[in-house]
Amino acid sequence: MENQKLFSVSSKDYRENIKTRNRAEKIFNIVLLFAVLFGLFMLSVLIIDIAIEGHAWVRSELFTNYHSRKPENAGMKSAIAGSLIVISMTGLFSFPVGVGAAIYLEEYAPKNKLTDFINLNINNLSGVPSIVYGMLGLVVFGRMFGLFSEGSWLVDFFKIPIESGATGGWQFNLFGIPWLEIHLPFGRSMVAGAMTMSLLILPVIIIASREAIRAVPPSIREGGYALGTTKWHITRTLVLPIAFPGILTGMILSLSRAIGETAPLIIMGAFTYVPFLPKSVWDQFTAIPIQIYNWITLPQAEYRVHLAAAGIIVLLGVLFIMNGIAVYLRRKFEIKW
Amino acid sequence: MLKNQTSSLLFFKNPTKVRNFREKLIAMILFGCGIFSILVTIGIIFSLFSEAIGFFLRPEVNLITFFTGTTWRPLASKVSPDNFGVLPLILGTMMIAVISGAIAIPLGLGSAIFLSEYASDRVRGVLKPLLEILAGIPTVVYGYFALSFITPILKSVLEDGLGIKVSFFNAFSASVVVGIMIIPIIASISEDAMRAVPRSLREGAYALGATKFEVSTKVVVPAALSGIISAFIIGISRAIGETMAVTIAAGATPRMTLNPLDSVQTMTAFIVQVSFGDAPSGSINGQSIFAVGATLFLMTFIMNIISSIILKKFREVYD
Repeated sequence: MENQKLFSVSSKDYRENIKTRNRAEKIFNIVLLFAVLFGLFMLSVLIIDIAIEGHAWVRSELFTNYHSRKPENAGMKSAIAGSLIVISMTGLFSFPVGVGAAIYLEEYAPKNKLTDFINLNINNLSGVPSIVYGMLGLVVFGRMFGLFSEGSWLVDFFKIPIESGATGGWQFNLFGIPWLEIHLPFGRSMVAGAMTMSLLILPVIIIASREAIRAVPPSIREGGYALGTTKWHITRTLVLPIAFPGILTGMILSLSRAIGETAPLIIMGAFTYVPFLPKSVWDQFTAIPIQIYNWITLPQAEYRVHLAAAGIIVLLGVLFIMNGIAVYLRRKFEIKW
Repeated sequence: MLKNQTSSLLFFKNPTKVRNFREKLIAMILFGCGIFSILVTIGIIFSLFSEAIGFFLRPEVNLITFFTGTTWRPLASKVSPDNFGVLPLILGTMMIAVISGAIAIPLGLGSAIFLSEYASDRVRGVLKPLLEILAGIPTVVYGYFALSFITPILKSVLEDGLGIKVSFFNAFSASVVVGIMIIPIIASISEDAMRAVPRSLREGAYALGATKFEVSTKVVVPAALSGIISAFIIGISRAIGETMAVTIAAGATPRMTLNPLDSVQTMTAFIVQVSFGDAPSGSINGQSIFAVGATLFLMTFIMNIISSIILKKFREVYD
């Protein structure tokens, strides 16, 4: 009798309990929906705000003129050119090393402490703030530790001819070929900017390429081994062609991250006002986000509000196209095993 | 036919030695690519700390007053150790990190629970990429948004409505946009952790009569807690390293204040300010950014290490 009383629940209590729990469920539902929609709401507000402020200022002058003292004449021609060239060079530099590292880690690396360390290290690098990469680039590429400035031991020892001035340093043609001009240190050139950006996106490229390579089923490789061929032959002729669309998608997405990066280029010393198109990769440059930042900091509302928003529309447009290509490639070449 | 034959003949003529040599060479090149990332880390540490040490060896600065001093006036005409106290920059950075975390942690976790537990595959397939756009928008755009949209709203609500003074550059509007920016980071890492919780755990709880709310908060979230906490830490560490939005919206006045409606300066904003001022290499200002940068790097580095330790050590393994 005692026992029965202990475990029995009156139907009123039971109904009450169910009611409160269902109410909690409903409230939680609303809270979660709010959480998801808040982010999306902010995204749409941001886009609408920029569209309203900037749409009238996206006009041909924006693409054909340089920055000007008159807002109605101001454009960002040199910034667009600078961004496109720097990003292409970033792709050229980072692709071989990033994909090579991904192939090594997926196909070649033995299971040992060193491999674990490399993995840990890549994860950590992807969390390093972009501004820190800018400082790395400034010291290593921009100044090259001061090795090529007047009075350094290297210059004194080898009697390197050093030019003074802002674009100073050691200039020579590699193997005497006229178009293979080299400047040491890289200074504020596009080469220095692109190298810095390459280091910045390297962890992202490695992680994305590894995923693409890992998605190739082992049976493909085993088929190759059964024919008696070598590891590199299998990697080159079987694994990489299958993984290539995935690698390319990751590559485009990381480059689209790089194109919006501002801080590292500012630290590298990219200029805010460049009234000419670059003639060589050793020229100084500016980039779209730097031009936008420059306009935001100017006092007149035409620059601060409208031209900045117009620049942002161009930047977001470029990002949209790049991401669209990436999504298209992923859809088109997706293979389900 | 003929071409096939010659190529196969060549293959057999090719001595194994050549083939093995080529294989080894390629393996070495790939190994070089693999350890390149370690070189990058060494490069970061070397370049930051060699310049920072040069800064601390100057007679005008002092390592102890750098980390304990409450005045940051590196551009003052009188250079003295009293003007190089990094605490105002750290306080500004931490204030923005804390406020943006307070915004992004509940929203990110809520989004993660919704995407992992509530949304159907179709809804998730639409919402998740949309949410991830937030993480892909360049930070300079967020800075513009803070200045042209959030700050005017704050001013009209707080200053005109309630009479609370709001500076044009203020920490709060920067924190709001940084918070929006890190929502998808927190959401996506937490969601991955929640989806890794095995189905059987949820089904066990449903069999006992639990509601979805109870399953989510009492089964799934505790089971995925290590992943969720490491997501929080990664999100906060992103906020600490955030540069452009904070530089644009939070201002450039290093000061010891806890009022988020005041203008502050973060570590990253100081680095940008000096870089624009074109401080020559070797000058005290040119070197001071490396001391600040090394401090920033250490802070984010320690947080990233802690998050990966939490992820590894405290993960509940079910299968």
